[in-house]
Amino acid sequence: MSEQTLRKELEAEIAKCMKCGNCQAVCPIYKEDMAEWSVARGKIKLARDLLTGKLEYTDRMEAIFSLCLTCQACAENCPCGVRPDKIILATRAIMVAKKGLPAIKKAAFNFLEHPGSFRWGMRMGSKLQGFGLRKVNDSGLVKPRFPIGLDMRRVVRPLAAKSLLSQVPEVTTVDKPRGRVVFFTGCMLNYIYTDAGQAVIDVLVANNIEVVTPKAQHCCGIPVIMNGDMETARKIARYNIDVLSGYECDAVITHCGTGIDAWVHHYPELLAEDAAYAEQARVLSAKAYDLSQYLVDVAGFRPPQKAVDTTVTYHDPCHMVRGVGVSAQPREIIRSIPGVVFQEMKKPDRCCGSAGSFSLTHYNLSSKIRDRKIKDILSVSPDMVLTSCGACRMQIEEGLYQAGCNAPVQHVAELLAGAYAKEKTLSGEEASRLEDMPEMAAG
Amino acid sequence: MKVADMIQELRQELGPEAVKTEKEDLASYAFDATPDMPVAYPDVVVFPECSAHVEAIVAIANRYQVPVYTRGSGTNLSGGTIPLKNGIVMVMLKMNKILEIDTENLTATCEPGVIIADLNAAVGEYGLMYPPDPGSVDTATMGGSVAECSGGLRGLKYGVTKHYIMGLDVILANGKKMSCGGKTVKNVSGYDMVKLFVGAEGTLGVVTRIICKLIPTPEARKTATATFPSIDGAAKAVAGIIKSKVIPATLEIMDKVTIQTVENYLHLGLPTESEAILVIEVDGLPEVVEKEAEAVVKVCEANGGDVIIAADDKERDGLLAARRAALPALAQLSPTTVLEDATVPRNKVPEMIHAIRTIADKYGLTVGTFGHAGDGNLHPTIVTDETNTEEMSRVHKAVDAIFEAAVSMGGTLSGEHGIGIAKQKYLTQEFGEAGVEALKAVKRALDPNNMLNPGKIVTI
Repeated sequence: MSEQTLRKELEAEIAKCMKCGNCQAVCPIYKEDMAEWSVARGKIKLARDLLTGKLEYTDRMEAIFSLCLTCQACAENCPCGVRPDKIILATRAIMVAKKGLPAIKKAAFNFLEHPGSFRWGMRMGSKLQGFGLRKVNDSGLVKPRFPIGLDMRRVVRPLAAKSLLSQVPEVTTVDKPRGRVVFFTGCMLNYIYTDAGQAVIDVLVANNIEVVTPKAQHCCGIPVIMNGDMETARKIARYNIDVLSGYECDAVITHCGTGIDAWVHHYPELLAEDAAYAEQARVLSAKAYDLSQYLVDVAGFRPPQKAVDTTVTYHDPCHMVRGVGVSAQPREIIRSIPGVVFQEMKKPDRCCGSAGSFSLTHYNLSSKIRDRKIKDILSVSPDMVLTSCGACRMQIEEGLYQAGCNAPVQHVAELLAGAYAKEKTLSGEEASRLEDMPEMAAG
Repeated sequence: MKVADMIQELRQELGPEAVKTEKEDLASYAFDATPDMPVAYPDVVVFPECSAHVEAIVAIANRYQVPVYTRGSGTNLSGGTIPLKNGIVMVMLKMNKILEIDTENLTATCEPGVIIADLNAAVGEYGLMYPPDPGSVDTATMGGSVAECSGGLRGLKYGVTKHYIMGLDVILANGKKMSCGGKTVKNVSGYDMVKLFVGAEGTLGVVTRIICKLIPTPEARKTATATFPSIDGAAKAVAGIIKSKVIPATLEIMDKVTIQTVENYLHLGLPTESEAILVIEVDGLPEVVEKEAEAVVKVCEANGGDVIIAADDKERDGLLAARRAALPALAQLSPTTVLEDATVPRNKVPEMIHAIRTIADKYGLTVGTFGHAGDGNLHPTIVTDETNTEEMSRVHKAVDAIFEAAVSMGGTLSGEHGIGIAKQKYLTQEFGEAGVEALKAVKRALDPNNMLNPGKIVTI
């Protein structure tokens, strides 16, 4: 999108705001610092002053506009239907166009722009991370030995020894497939939560769906968009569209709030004026689903037969619940598993404070927001916390660790895959009953 | 003595983090929720965390003769928090502790930065409630609500903020603290200073502690909507309900323009041909609620109303959705929404609605009217565009005419939004010259140097 178009859209969106301040009631950042510039209404006022030239693209302005989780809680609560997240992202983009990127981000995004060097770098990172990180518990969480770009208090999940893409076949076939999908893993499932990535494939296979996992797929590019580098974002979007367009499929499956939002909203918007890519971006957008959404709304799924005795709660990732409107589907899957007790926490859709790189750049603020989430989680005493986003998962894992709680955090796919796996140990009688089950219906 | 020296002193007193001076910070406090207002930047924004901080800030401001603009969430609709003469914007949000919930005296004591809905959630645990509920209840602070004397949907039966504030701690313009009122129901010691500070819009003192009255949460409630083919039918129903000795907690009206706009916005299936809808809620003991609901239905039907009663909470939410959507729906029509709150005696509501219609036609404007029919507090809402100077001049004339009509019917300029900057020029119409002089005399007595929120209510 040209700067001219961007400015026009921005002006129209800004004009909708009537300054009522209802955004204050729901903004996680505003709840912590209570400053008008932190909340949507204040930023919209500043964005307006920037457009009219009353204010300038200063360092302070950049710092203010970095204070947004893009959780979209304000948009949801806005009586006038304003999308503050769009205003903020557009302002960040104009800011980058005017001021350029800070050197460190520029280097990182250059690296990210090239799939080959990125993959090599992540492989090296996986081998070398032991020098900079030490284990803090049996579940494998680590913390920095010395400041390596992480806050010294920070506890994270390290890179997996081998990436998911290097472990799984490009095509996982099934007998008499009911469908064929392309699995877009995203970085978190490819490099960190590889078990969750494997679980996505297992669940689809258990439901007789063939899974293509393209080796050449790349980072979704959302971190680049969030930081206003639209040029790099477009390059990444085109690359991924090229890769996925090479496969015949019924659907594109992700299991990551960020990835799904990239395919559904960001790619078509980024490439709207790109004649060569606009149409294909829209086609793939219409085909993109979260795993739970695809299983519940489109393909139908087989409820597991064997009980998994555990009490769980579910955290709604912002880009899943408000970004693409997926919240009922993961709950339906969870409730379909015999033995599972589902305990809803208070405000399950409140942001966990991660917002990807926000947790790196604003660790204190991010942790305060996270700790409110952890309090809500602990109030329902779950054995396990479920979610559908790697970034949320890492944030919640850290929060639970810091609060002294051992409950594991998993993707919904893992709980379901685990339940299916239990069936393999069924008695002969139970197994034959399972085979007699009629074909499940969609929706 | 320079502003820079003052800022240095403020930093020493509050710490550097609580004192903000960059241009971007100041721009963020140059506005509030009011449309069509002047923009003015403060010199500094401060975030006190305790009463001692507030005392220090006011004392420093006094020494440098710099104005202090006290601000809560900035959701007011009178330009009340705009720092017209620059100076200090003092944000009270970090003083947000609920200090005590006294279930024996039925009071709550809190700091001014507590959000009204948070207070209600806390006292709700004890089966109690704090009734004033302005539209901004989820965002507005108790301090702001006290300063503006907020009203809301429950005003008819339960009254407004001033009926619930029992005691205050106030930092006076000279930086000294006074306490007035307390937990006693009866208190006639001296002048009623509590009532004076409530609704004073921060022009007479800065509230740092609030003691408010609580009441038991009603056990039951019943909600209904009634659709009328004529405004007069709706108005007669309002009068009839009160005459039959039923005081509903909520008695709201929406006119035809509002109904049609809400329907276009939400597609609730509202009867767009009808002239008025009343939303009525009665609450109290279950037996009483049953009886009152019957009376309401009878009166509405006798006046040509078509009544729907909510069977459960879900249906209740549905019925209230239309009323809640009134302002946002009208706001969608154009960039600027001028929301007034001229208020008339209850029996003048139909006359006032007709007058607003005539004014809208005369000036060629779209005006939706909705509001609290039961207490005569109407919200004629003009949808316009601030950047269209020709239309704005018609808007200003229409607003003049609306106020003139309200006052001539024995009403008031403002039922619940306050005077602030927005309605100052009309004040003489309501008070007369002598009355405005008396207001100024009060201001001069308590704030001789014109330090506290100067330029609001009266200009001295």
